[in-house]
Amino acid sequence: MLHGQRAIDVDVHPLVPNMAALTPYMDEFWRDQVVERGINTIASQNYPPNAPKTARADWKQASKVSDLQSQLLDPYGIETAIVTPLYGTQMVFNADMARAFTRALNDWTRAEWLDRDSRLRASIVLPMHDPEHAVEEIERLAPDRRFVQAQVLVMGETPAGKRQHWQVYQACIKHGLPLAIHAGSSFRHPVTSVGWPSWYLEEYSAQAQGFQSTLGSLITEGVLSKFPELKIVLLESGVTWLMPFLYRLQKTWKGTRFEIPWVDRPPIEMVRDQVRLSCQPFDAPPEVVPRVLEMLGSDDMLMWASDWPHWQYDGEAAIPPGLPASLMPKLLRENALATYGRLRAPACVKE
Amino acid sequence: MNVIQPIRGRSKPPAATLGLVDVDIHPRMKKPTDLNRWLSQRWQDHLSTYGIRARHGFVGGQPPFPKAQPLACRRDAWPPTGGTPASDLDFLRFQLLDQYGVDVGVLNPLQPSGQGDNNNEFSAAMAYAVNEWQLEEWTRKEPRLRASVVVPYDDGPASAREITLRANDPNFCQVLMMSRTAEPAGKSRYWPIYEAAEAAGLPVAFHAFGYSGWAMTNGGWPSFYTEEVSEHAISAQNQVVSMVVEGVFERFPKLKVVMIECGFAWAPNVAWRLDQHWKQLRGEVPHLKLKPSEYIKRNIWFSTQPMEDPERPEHILDIMGWIGWDKILFASDYPHWDFDDPLLALSGAISTEKRRDIYGGNAVKLYGF
Repeated sequence: MLHGQRAIDVDVHPLVPNMAALTPYMDEFWRDQVVERGINTIASQNYPPNAPKTARADWKQASKVSDLQSQLLDPYGIETAIVTPLYGTQMVFNADMARAFTRALNDWTRAEWLDRDSRLRASIVLPMHDPEHAVEEIERLAPDRRFVQAQVLVMGETPAGKRQHWQVYQACIKHGLPLAIHAGSSFRHPVTSVGWPSWYLEEYSAQAQGFQSTLGSLITEGVLSKFPELKIVLLESGVTWLMPFLYRLQKTWKGTRFEIPWVDRPPIEMVRDQVRLSCQPFDAPPEVVPRVLEMLGSDDMLMWASDWPHWQYDGEAAIPPGLPASLMPKLLRENALATYGRLRAPACVKE
Repeated sequence: MNVIQPIRGRSKPPAATLGLVDVDIHPRMKKPTDLNRWLSQRWQDHLSTYGIRARHGFVGGQPPFPKAQPLACRRDAWPPTGGTPASDLDFLRFQLLDQYGVDVGVLNPLQPSGQGDNNNEFSAAMAYAVNEWQLEEWTRKEPRLRASVVVPYDDGPASAREITLRANDPNFCQVLMMSRTAEPAGKSRYWPIYEAAEAAGLPVAFHAFGYSGWAMTNGGWPSFYTEEVSEHAISAQNQVVSMVVEGVFERFPKLKVVMIECGFAWAPNVAWRLDQHWKQLRGEVPHLKLKPSEYIKRNIWFSTQPMEDPERPEHILDIMGWIGWDKILFASDYPHWDFDDPLLALSGAISTEKRRDIYGGNAVKLYGF
């Protein structure tokens, strides 16, 4: 147990071994496509399979429930872990293929993970490049209450707040699902607004810029104002970019709110009400963490995550150093329970 | 942010005892043909026929996001003599230099400077002309003003030639780039700029703006000017990351970079994030001999305007302290609508001694004024 808590881990990533693992969950047409076109894998460049960030040295095996059980669930005494596979199925350019592959991925998650350990819950991975397909996937899976949120990548084709995505957010609200925005690009654009960087360290760093732009879009387009009941969960964002970004956005808003009149209260207030963040990684040295928390100004926003099997910490140091003991009950459990309606009631497979 | 400034008597900030240096003033031409005397006939014709062709879809360098105010300027900055804001030296003296007792003002010409134009050769011709224009129309007439070496930054060798040409002219105090280059600023195509600037002892300033040709966010084009303003701070973060990780400061250890109008509150968390993930990824970047944050601390300065606005004023002290009190430079952004009044911009929570350094002491050291 972590700090005496039966922790809830909101960010865990099963590794999909290859496309062959998903074909049993496809119809005949797509199974045939995979075989005939030699689509062996569709792994994402966001996490190059052999890169040190992608899997900790002692967590290289991460494609089976037994790996998760022995490396994380059992030793940490975890009550619930929310799994989100980050395979490249959301990213493919053919919208029909993205829909078929993502359906298969979600069904794989259900059969290979949810059905094998009752401690697990999952994200509905969304094929966002056709919002209608995303809505359809939410409608298909939401009756299974073990799916507790819907998940998109932080860098998409158009900024997340744009109106064409709103039907997806309405479907989330209808089913009581938070919208989880996870680090990662669908590579419609370079990972920086000044082009493609040379190094993976730069690319991984650029996630924090992606989260700023995405949150800015959700605020300015009016998603948070229009849907006050929608919870946004930012996963693997790094956390410490948040308040400095909002300090600028909120100041600008004071001078330019005439163009976005629906943003009718200070953005920082809206974010405190509706936005939650996983705490791995926490991009700050321990000595500044108390000040960072003071700026955050809320004990309700951070949720614990291991980010298994990504390498964010060594050994047992699962809580970012510097976070105070007094925060642990909320960090490890209560904030997740408050965020995820579906974790508060016993899960039954059908609604 | 003051679209119209209250009218009051002349007054210098009392804390500015080491001088008041404004590192961000935007002079404008009186008319588009002002540069003609320094352009060849060919480029004069090009300018009048095709104009500025920025890497976005709108003519004349007019940005894709209409500004909050005409020309993004203070409503009261339009000179009574006619013309556009900051095109009249006397009125600039009256409204800024004399009004606040500015000792040194750094000119950062924006469009139509030709920076970031689709045509590098045209951009180079324009940069030369803009630099001559700064000398002729501004610095020779007003000793308190200093010019920036405008460079056609997407052509590294041409930029280096322009820097070398200006290297021994004390009227120029820095090299000017925009924050959105066609590729990340650390890439080797830009190294000739850093090499020439380091050799000339000139800091390289990145002023917010420009159009890279890529979407303005790494997830596509946003909708609003409000977002565009935020995105300047965001692209500047990518530029700092690129310069650090590509090893620019390893290769040019004496290079001084100034981020102007890019904000600064993000600098600590960008440095923390790089350090944090460099721990696992340093095998990829063995050319970095120091922790990423150490390059930021050693080689990068930040201007104040527009200052991020924490809910509690003491948090600006934390942020400036994390960056380093010797790295913050005062900027007004005159004549733009979000102008920072020297008398009001710096929070009283900042000690007199530190305000003194921000108003002038740090810039005097950096630029050698």
